[in-house]
Amino acid sequence: MDTGISVVLKAEQVGSILGLSVTNSLLMTWLVMLLLIGFAFYFRSTLALIPGKLQAGVEWLFEGVLNYMTETLEDERIARRFFPLVMTIFLFIFLGNELAFLPGIGSVGFHAADGFIPLLRSPGADLNFTLALALIAFFTIEITGIVILGFWKYAGKYINVRSPIGFVVGLIEMLSNVGRIVSFSFRLFGNVFAGEVMIVVAGFFVAYFLPVPLMAFEMFVGFIQAVVFAMLTLFFIKLAIMEPHGEEAH
Amino acid sequence: MDTASAQLIAMAIAAGLGVLGPGIGIGLIGGKAMEAIGRNPEASGKVVSNMILAIVFTEALGILALVVSFIIRFVAA
Repeated sequence: MDTGISVVLKAEQVGSILGLSVTNSLLMTWLVMLLLIGFAFYFRSTLALIPGKLQAGVEWLFEGVLNYMTETLEDERIARRFFPLVMTIFLFIFLGNELAFLPGIGSVGFHAADGFIPLLRSPGADLNFTLALALIAFFTIEITGIVILGFWKYAGKYINVRSPIGFVVGLIEMLSNVGRIVSFSFRLFGNVFAGEVMIVVAGFFVAYFLPVPLMAFEMFVGFIQAVVFAMLTLFFIKLAIMEPHGEEAH
Repeated sequence: MDTASAQLIAMAIAAGLGVLGPGIGIGLIGGKAMEAIGRNPEASGKVVSNMILAIVFTEALGILALVVSFIIRFVAA
């Protein structure tokens, strides 16, 4: 059945390096990484004691985020330690989401044996990208809990033999921790992918006009999703380093 | 009924029923947030940012249903 709307759920392969396939989402991810690293080096070379407009803006953003993290984690040392991770997650997802709206991405490509293959594709529209970020966040959260609370204390949050109810609650907590990987990755993937499909479908109904407000909305969604991913990482770190509730706390 | 039409119906049901719950949820969140702002207009900034966070959680469920419906329609044989 041919509907004229092409929806591709998984990223297409555009080449391979040493037998590992390189997909168009991966290319886009590398592009985002290059841009961020390039900006970092450029920014470092222009650092001055009296900040210019760009430096003032970046400093305002970073200071605001760091203040918010200190407020949430209630510890400046830990906030400073996790600031690079949280900020990188935000910038990486944000840039990836917003770059996807540039003209040429998804439309510039080549014709292969099995149809048209775009050269670049929004990184968030590939589950591999979001799953990788979700795994990074998950392991950071768990390892932070173990390092800061100590292994036995952290394990005691989940394996609790003092009462049967506590035991079941601990098991549910553990399950919900693992479930974070799924919710983290599918939230981002679903939002970006559904946004792309929505724009394609809207373009099918009223070409040129209907997709414009939808694209504006999707740019907002891309920003919000980046914020949410970073904030959830922060909140879960906070939950992981919180002291477990003892019986005396109730 | 052939497979293609069954797929279409399944996609419509998955997407339609899937957004029902999140729709109610977002309505409740928005309504409660408006109530909170009405009670304490000073705190509207905090309320709105928390409201958006809660909406994102709820919306993710609807999006999941949408993705499932796309998978039914475009991927399953």
